[in-house]
Amino acid sequence: MSTSTTGAAAPKAVSGPLNFIDDRLGSTTFFRRNMKKVFPDHWSFMLGEIALYSFIILLLTGTFLTLWFQPSMHEVVYEGSYTKLNGVKMSEAYASTLHISFDVRGGLLMRQMHHWAAILFMIAIVVHMLRVFFTGAYRKPRELNWLIGIGLFTLGMVEGLFGYSLPDDLLSGTGLRITQGVAESIPVVGTYLYMFLFGGEFPHGTNGEIIPRLFTLHVLLIPGIILALVTAHMMIMWHQKHTQMPGPGRTNDNVVGYPFYPVFMAKTGAYFLFTFGVIALLATFAQINPIWLFGPYDPGAISAGSQPDWYMGVLEGSLRIMPNWETTAFGHTISWNVLVPALGPLGIIFTGAALWPFIEQWVTGDKRWHHTVERPRNAPVRTGVGMAAVTFYGMLWLAGGNDVIAEKFHVSLFATTWFFRFAVFIGPVLAYIITKRICLGLQRSDAATMHHGVEAGVIIMSPEGGFSEKHEPANEQERAVILSKENRTPALPATEKDGIPAPGSKGPLGHLRARLHRYWAIDDIPVEAHDDHHEAEEVEEGKSGRKELTH
Amino acid sequence: MSDNNLGSNEPMEPGDAAHARNQSPKRVIGTPEQGGRLLATAESEPAPHGAGAELDEAAAKRAERIVALFFLLAALGSVGFIAAYVWSGQQGPNGMHGIEDARASNYALGVAMTVAMLAMAIGVTIWVRRLMTSKQIVQQRGPLRSDEETRAEFEAAFLEGAGDSAVTKRPLLRRTLLLAAAPLGLAPLVLLRDLGPLPEKRLRHTFWGPAVTEAKKHGKQGVRLVVDGAPTQALKVSDFATPGSMITVLPEGIEESHHALNEIAKAVTILINVPADKFKPVKGRENWHVGGIVAYSKICTHVGCPAALYEQTTHHILCPCHQSTFDATDGAKVIFGPAARPLPQLPLSVDKEGYLIATDDFPEPIGPSFWERG
Repeated sequence: MSTSTTGAAAPKAVSGPLNFIDDRLGSTTFFRRNMKKVFPDHWSFMLGEIALYSFIILLLTGTFLTLWFQPSMHEVVYEGSYTKLNGVKMSEAYASTLHISFDVRGGLLMRQMHHWAAILFMIAIVVHMLRVFFTGAYRKPRELNWLIGIGLFTLGMVEGLFGYSLPDDLLSGTGLRITQGVAESIPVVGTYLYMFLFGGEFPHGTNGEIIPRLFTLHVLLIPGIILALVTAHMMIMWHQKHTQMPGPGRTNDNVVGYPFYPVFMAKTGAYFLFTFGVIALLATFAQINPIWLFGPYDPGAISAGSQPDWYMGVLEGSLRIMPNWETTAFGHTISWNVLVPALGPLGIIFTGAALWPFIEQWVTGDKRWHHTVERPRNAPVRTGVGMAAVTFYGMLWLAGGNDVIAEKFHVSLFATTWFFRFAVFIGPVLAYIITKRICLGLQRSDAATMHHGVEAGVIIMSPEGGFSEKHEPANEQERAVILSKENRTPALPATEKDGIPAPGSKGPLGHLRARLHRYWAIDDIPVEAHDDHHEAEEVEEGKSGRKELTH
Repeated sequence: MSDNNLGSNEPMEPGDAAHARNQSPKRVIGTPEQGGRLLATAESEPAPHGAGAELDEAAAKRAERIVALFFLLAALGSVGFIAAYVWSGQQGPNGMHGIEDARASNYALGVAMTVAMLAMAIGVTIWVRRLMTSKQIVQQRGPLRSDEETRAEFEAAFLEGAGDSAVTKRPLLRRTLLLAAAPLGLAPLVLLRDLGPLPEKRLRHTFWGPAVTEAKKHGKQGVRLVVDGAPTQALKVSDFATPGSMITVLPEGIEESHHALNEIAKAVTILINVPADKFKPVKGRENWHVGGIVAYSKICTHVGCPAALYEQTTHHILCPCHQSTFDATDGAKVIFGPAARPLPQLPLSVDKEGYLIATDDFPEPIGPSFWERG
């Protein structure tokens, strides 16, 4: 095989194996086509990579832990090197976790890396999803990858919950107890689910079923599904080519960037090492989940300030601020106080996120392929809705720590609860309004930049003695980014030929669609290139007055 | 204004940017840099020194040495990791031993691993930025959608295949196949039935019930209370005479029961000595307390955390998980938080020898609500 355009032969050590594979698979065609694949650069494109590499680290450290961990609820009396718990009755799961931490060399490091990697995995997924959402990168043709992403986040939550339940310490047992309570609240089948999950009653079931079951789900089933989905996610991304940020020379039909081989390959390799290094650093110096301090699970004990891992905080917060509503009728009970917070908020967020690309398409009527991402300011409704969702999630998440907030800031615990009960509804509305205003302000700023140029930082004194700042046209980079905005006109083709209403605009749904369509673009500020650059100081339009506010 | 050379549609070379910047009027300190305000500027030059440009050989040599230095550091880190591992094994008879050794070992191994990873990462990064000469390239995106012809051909082939297979023409075949497939999908679900027992009445009773029955069989009035953690020590009224105190109790003999942990998880109870002047017995439960000593289920009626905090001054019982708050003086009724129902109360009495006893099970199911609870 030839690896170079100059005709120089590749060394035998390289060409030998490649030829061997090519003779059997024809793989060189694939390699040749893909080795120079362009990967556009932007810092925000690395967020997904953090998630990917954290996942790899999770697989590596997790495998290490399974070599010593005993997923068993069999009761033992601890006699080991953590002398403070000597003589204490505990499950084998807990005892083996102590063993990994204190007797296996590198065990504590691997445990802490595993936990930190899990936390980083979930953070990276969330931030990556926010990037994709706010830049509209989920738009056609990438809806499938968006849905896979939501699936991965959901699975990650479950995987994390099961994972930190395994050591069978006081904190994880409390998490399982809450899981049991939530399962029981489900109408009709709740108690059956509970019995089937635990193999009987909490916590020990008939024969200590729950820990082995969670173990299998945690190390085999869920990671298997995650791995499959990650693979699909990557393959789709590879096939569709990554989106790019707007810039000079970048269009919807091209990809500008550095080739996969060697630049991107080396960069992403370095990035894996950075992720690994940072997780190792955290695991070295930042203690996490010190289960030996919590003690083994005891159904009658609890510690104040119990907090789950961050990604479960939103459920915790919802449970905390829900009013205590319960209905009993016809011999049956429905616990709205558990059911609503357990299923409601995440249901709204996940279902909303999954449907959003299709709702947006329906509203805007935009069925085109998008390969260049949109700046958040240029889609104020989307950005506003996104910020509303972030606020909703954020308020619930903060409510999950209301006891900590109450303690640290010396406010009444009940006051924090009441605050969040309102904030969770008012916050998103405010966030939407404010975000939309900021977006429109930024659009005006862009329009002004195109119209008047940017401040040069040069102050000019006029013959009359007045001072003014010189403006210059924006540079090409800036112009390309600003002009990537697609100016919107709020009009759906309401009528087809001969005045017949278009099929999509009839009926109440059609009217709703028309209204939303109008709303989507109603306050769009047109941004256009002005080839004749007038000096800003000469022009005193209404727009330049408003421009001041936006900086 | 006239000195700008911008406005072309060609991709900007990094050199051009520098050129344009040099020609603009001098910037006044404290004012925004021209063009430096937008987020997208940095990305046009991700590999500024190497990319596409002729490398300055002296600079490249310097960069190479720096990269090599980092790679050596990474190698040292890895060797250090192995050394730290061996060193960790020197301490106890079977390797590490205890919390101090574990901590020291964690630091040594973690620092070595961090150095190895980060040094290598930094080395590769400098390598990419200073030494790689790949040019930025532009690739066209092809349409993702197959063309109409391909679609039409596929459709035709699909219909032809369906026709050839006779599945469209022979409904009996089709329907019986569906009939065959449906139970095949359901059958494996049946296998999950033995995951656990049916709920039956399990959630309605606690070990207090059978324990009281057993005690009454032996001619006693009820079962004695033992302190959680001291299963042999039955509690006397005189042991618990200080108003304002709270302890966790269990029925005597629960440790020896079948599935003790499950029984404890349901039967765990808090005993509170409410000052007699503050105590307001619930109607019909006037004789369920012993001079203000009252017992409630410890399992929160919200989602089942132990309601373990007791505030002496306000007589509030607080669940630390979700802050449901109950009034100990008033039948543990809910004062605040997400719990809907009071903590179930255990009927207490005192036997002839002065021991606290429970005379019956909780009158209602303890813990979180469920569909069949009613």
